[in-house]
Amino acid sequence: MSVEEIGGARIPGATHRTSFDDETRARLSADAAVIKARYPQERSALLPLLHLVQSEDGYVSPRGIAFCAAELGLTTAEVSAVATFYTQYKRHPNGDYTVGVCTNTLCAVMGGDAIWEELSDHLGVGHDETTEDGAITLERIECNAACDYAPVVMVNWEFFDNQTPDSARDVVEALRAGTPVAPTRGADHVCTFKEMSRVLAGFSDGRADEGVGAGPATLRGLELARQEGWTAPPFTDEERTRAAEQARTPARGTPRAAAPAGERPASAAEPTPAGTPAPGAEQSSAERPAVSERDVSAEQEQRKQSSDDAKES
Amino acid sequence: MATTLAPVLTDTWDADRSWTLGAYERAGGYRGLRRALGMQAADVVTMVKDSGLRGRGGAGFPTGMKWGFLPAPDGGPRYLVVNADESEPGTCKDIPLMMASPQHLIEGMIITSYAIGCHHAFLYVRGEVLHVYRRLQRAIEEARAAGYLGTNILGSGFDLEITLHSGAGAYICGEETALLDSLEGLRGQPRLKPPFPAVAGLYARPTVVNNVESIASVPGIVRGGADWFKGMGTERSTGHGLFSLSGHVTRPGQYEAPLGITLRELLDMAGGVREGHQLKFWTPGGSSTPLFTAEHLDVPLDYESVGAAGSMLGTRALQIFDETTSVVRAVTRWTEFYKHESCGKCTPCREGTYWLVQVLKRIEAGQGTHADIDLLLDLCDNILGRAFCALGDGATSPITSAVQYFREEFEAGTHTPADVLFPPEHSSLFTYAPRRGRAALAGVHA
Repeated sequence: MSVEEIGGARIPGATHRTSFDDETRARLSADAAVIKARYPQERSALLPLLHLVQSEDGYVSPRGIAFCAAELGLTTAEVSAVATFYTQYKRHPNGDYTVGVCTNTLCAVMGGDAIWEELSDHLGVGHDETTEDGAITLERIECNAACDYAPVVMVNWEFFDNQTPDSARDVVEALRAGTPVAPTRGADHVCTFKEMSRVLAGFSDGRADEGVGAGPATLRGLELARQEGWTAPPFTDEERTRAAEQARTPARGTPRAAAPAGERPASAAEPTPAGTPAPGAEQSSAERPAVSERDVSAEQEQRKQSSDDAKES
Repeated sequence: MATTLAPVLTDTWDADRSWTLGAYERAGGYRGLRRALGMQAADVVTMVKDSGLRGRGGAGFPTGMKWGFLPAPDGGPRYLVVNADESEPGTCKDIPLMMASPQHLIEGMIITSYAIGCHHAFLYVRGEVLHVYRRLQRAIEEARAAGYLGTNILGSGFDLEITLHSGAGAYICGEETALLDSLEGLRGQPRLKPPFPAVAGLYARPTVVNNVESIASVPGIVRGGADWFKGMGTERSTGHGLFSLSGHVTRPGQYEAPLGITLRELLDMAGGVREGHQLKFWTPGGSSTPLFTAEHLDVPLDYESVGAAGSMLGTRALQIFDETTSVVRAVTRWTEFYKHESCGKCTPCREGTYWLVQVLKRIEAGQGTHADIDLLLDLCDNILGRAFCALGDGATSPITSAVQYFREEFEAGTHTPADVLFPPEHSSLFTYAPRRGRAALAGVHA
């Protein structure tokens, strides 16, 4: 039986590997257990599991579908039905970098159509096609909520604001050359499609503190307000309450609270590094089961399951 | 007096490392939570009701009232689900908010969960904003390490976990019941209502689904009180809101102002329409809200006034287009978007958006027929009010309003291509020489 090399092009008539090797499977299963523990009901884990599969295979592979199905007790048809609904789940091996040009109305009019033409001609590929070197999958994308930075290009879903055909061509050339490329607003440099997929599955890459908090357009109104001395009304209600509380010291706190509600332990009150996990400690909420016993009873799960069955049928 | 800006949510965005818990706390963050935890939960709901806060995600439903629809506790779980699937064309407020100040949202989620008796909240963010996902993930970690999440929060006895959940690319998941199906691991298709999520939402349990900006507005309301919030805006459209200016405007960006400000005032702040050009048409609240023109410059941007003028306040996504822009090209592109994003569940939307694109494309190419305008309007009439959810209704808004204000451009589509009437290189922000013939985009496969 011929078996397709995962990561290569799909060949008509080729069959696919239907399972991961034992070691990979064990590793992914451990990740899947962490994902499933975030939800009261397992099926909710399907979207992050599909991102996890893409972090391994670079697309939603047949063996990835089989893996999700086995993890969640679904059929492969049920998993495929979900995977094909969402545009981020790729049906053939993706390039290392998804380059998305916004061609929704506003970006298109501001120049997105010209950027699209330039990149499509330059790379020699169309929508959802990958360059021969496997570096870039080009996409026409819909509005990505950065209209004040139009025209926008996304690389692995990091923001490249205020683009031109020339700047966008420079970006893809750098990507193909393997040079680190920095988004306008985002991490210090873009990661690969697989690395990105793992973050979207909920596994932190520890890069949240990289990059800016806001770009210039985001701050336009605030800067004008600062310049003009415009402010929102002060929190007078809170100030009155605080003054009243201070007058009543030391008997502050609230009837509900076991400890003074206005304070938290000094150890946690350090301003900037507050909440920085200690080395070796939990680094991500993804590592922690979030399900509390209040979430679900067996009876509710049963009821929900039957409503799902009705929906699926 | 002219309306001025009112930075509340945006107020911390220029701070050093504004996204960190430390920066947020230095600016007064989490004082709202402390105050809320000292109140009865029902009183927090009442306070938000009294504030008049209305949903900032587009529909404008009163937030406190939505919370009040939850049935009495029955011992089972109740859920808060935050809709961070911002993808309405033109809308770009929640994403920068979560990038610059995710703690604002997290504090709002904790207060809201306390108010409605929720112990497990979900944050559904669209999958196409990687760095925002990272920031939210980190914000939840920081809040947990500081004791704002977990068990016995700040000694109050209140417990809460937040699960961050990434979508995977589907506009329809911004519809609240489609979002719930997506969060349950299904295709994101809207559910029949009733039952509403308040009664049977996530996992068929009572659920509140709110927009990011709505929830992020809650800490301020708790700190300032209902009257503080009502001190901004109009009588029935209270408070502050993010107005997102984009397109042919000198200084596009986020402008946080009291509801009721006008586009004329906002344009004045943003340096006007780009130099040498005039306003042609604009959207008050994203592409699903009927277009406005220069005659609407003085419409107060509040729910009632925009409605009375024939559109909707929506998400305050003010997309500005000048006289170089073909309205036919703009509307065709939006319609292609709705066709692409239609979930396929209901016939009017699935088939209707397909046919709308067919007709619009030939008008854009200058090959329309004299019956095409009526055909478009008839198609819209068969979608509006007949689709399963608001996506179908929204798809008709740009078309019917564009025909209303610019009928002659559609008529011109019977003989002249849109890109001849309005060369695209005149609209773009950079100069370039178009390399192709009309209406042909390189690499686009039909």
